[in-house]
Amino acid sequence: MALQPAPPEISLHATGSVARRQAMSRGSRYGLLGATLVGVFVLLFLAIDVTRLGSSRLNMDFFTSYPSRRAVDAGLRSSILGSAWVMAMTVMLAIPLAIGTAVLLEEFAPKGRVTAIIRLNIANLAGVPSIIYGILGLTIFVRGLEIGGIQVIPKLGGSILTGSLTLALMILPMTVIASVEAIRQVPPSLRDGSLALGATRWQTVWYHVLPGAIPGIMTGTILAIARAAGETAALIMIGAFAFIAFDNRSVNDSFTTLPIQIYNWTTLPQEAFRKNAAAGIIVLMVGVIGMNLSAVLIRERFRRK
Amino acid sequence: MTEQTFPLHGSPEAEALTRRLQKSRWRHPFEVLIVWALWSCGIVSLLTTVLIVFTLFEETVNFFRTVPVTEFLFTTNWQPLFEPEQFGIWELVAGTMNVLFWSLLFALPLGLAAAVYLSEYAHPNVRRVLKPVLESLAGVPTVVYAFFALTFITEDFLRPLLGADRVPIFNAFSASLVMAVMILPTIASVSEDAMASVPRDLREAAYGLGSTRLEVAFKVVFPAALSGIIAAVLLAVARVIGETMIVAIAAGSTPNLTLLPLESVQTMTGYMLQVGLGDVARGTIQYTSLFAVATALFIFTFITNVAATIIVNRFREAYD
Repeated sequence: MALQPAPPEISLHATGSVARRQAMSRGSRYGLLGATLVGVFVLLFLAIDVTRLGSSRLNMDFFTSYPSRRAVDAGLRSSILGSAWVMAMTVMLAIPLAIGTAVLLEEFAPKGRVTAIIRLNIANLAGVPSIIYGILGLTIFVRGLEIGGIQVIPKLGGSILTGSLTLALMILPMTVIASVEAIRQVPPSLRDGSLALGATRWQTVWYHVLPGAIPGIMTGTILAIARAAGETAALIMIGAFAFIAFDNRSVNDSFTTLPIQIYNWTTLPQEAFRKNAAAGIIVLMVGVIGMNLSAVLIRERFRRK
Repeated sequence: MTEQTFPLHGSPEAEALTRRLQKSRWRHPFEVLIVWALWSCGIVSLLTTVLIVFTLFEETVNFFRTVPVTEFLFTTNWQPLFEPEQFGIWELVAGTMNVLFWSLLFALPLGLAAAVYLSEYAHPNVRRVLKPVLESLAGVPTVVYAFFALTFITEDFLRPLLGADRVPIFNAFSASLVMAVMILPTIASVSEDAMASVPRDLREAAYGLGSTRLEVAFKVVFPAALSGIIAAVLLAVARVIGETMIVAIAAGSTPNLTLLPLESVQTMTGYMLQVGLGDVARGTIQYTSLFAVATALFIFTFITNVAATIIVNRFREAYD
């Protein structure tokens, strides 16, 4: 059979059902992109809405005034100070614990049942709701822990120390998981080289593993701190929902934080307090987004190396 | 081949050296100290779990000394703060399920679509920008979402749209909508990771057989990553169940056995915060009821998280 001559017009474009499938596939790109952008638009919308409502309250007095019954006189002084105290203490408590746990799991503990249990336990703790940590803080820190007549943990009341301990326990799992991941990224050859030159295991960890893991640990830690900075429910449970009209001077002081102040203003019926809440949100969001952004930047910067 | 022998092998000197090396850890007391310090760090997380379980259990037992277990589990009225006191958990569970249902209804399609887009469609540069932006939604403090739900979703959106008389100021729907936005990144990001780890061969084979991108995404990659996607959804479910501020501020404080969205409801977490805000005296029934509800919440989230962990681990083994 002789070869058929080519038809006069050859088209590379599909027809019929194939064309339909291809058109659907091309169209789906925009549909899916649209769905992806919904969240981004909500974030933008939120930012615009809050700025519109709250920007008029953002002046120096707002930052230097204590809370007040009158919306125009009320400010963030005590809540910003309280947040700063609690965050600083939380960081100091949680980070050594988290890095210590991660180093133990990755570098020192024998791979066995105990390590597996600690790992599983941390994974589960990461999913425990923050309000449960609040109840834990209320029971063992605010009221103190007594086992068999012995005061294991003293009564700390609704103090900055209680808040920090509670938040430190809350962010511990996240921070450990991030630190474990970061330590795993350090190439084994670095450890072998160090050990072969006669370094002890701790020297290897201190001089080679941890410096290599620092960017990853920092990224995870900053994200965890951002979460703690925005935490409200756990702190309300330990009794931080208080009217504070003085500057915090010690870890035994009662305190309030930025998110709690925002919550307080949100629940008040007068419209004027809504503006305060919106202005407080601007301050909180600038802080939290700043932290998130720096975490992403650190991650991107060190990933390319 | 000649067998290589070490001149010192078996000699007393070698034995002594071996013993010294074996004992060498004791020559570094600092090392031993460090290991002990690290173990005590590791113990803290175990202690946390033990203490959570212990404190919840202790007061829950006290609660059930006053309120029969059967009333808690098999009646539906939750009226703890005034006479006659009633403690049927189901109204609070219904509040949680209401918000869970409506938030998943929106977050599931949007989150999965975002995951498919980021994994199968987006240019790597677009993904590098879009994914962190989307993830930043998870970093927004929940009290901010709550403010947004109350002032914006309810007052500026739902009420003008559906009529102020039909939308109570505190309603489950506004909380559900912002909750959907809150869990979007969890669903999208974790599902995207699962889809990205589907082997390239599967996609190439499907393209080779003439599939379009849409078909590859939904008929090949999506099923292959299904267990990872289910785990992502379960993590999101656990976040919704445990979320407190959004529901406490926007959904109201009326225990209500309904799944209708435009109703004022109270969730388990909402009740816990309500008790936490008041100065409830230790030993009262309201105080112990806080722990009973907390135990229920803990069990719900624990089961969800364990299920997610099991599914993720099984999924990891699939392609190794």
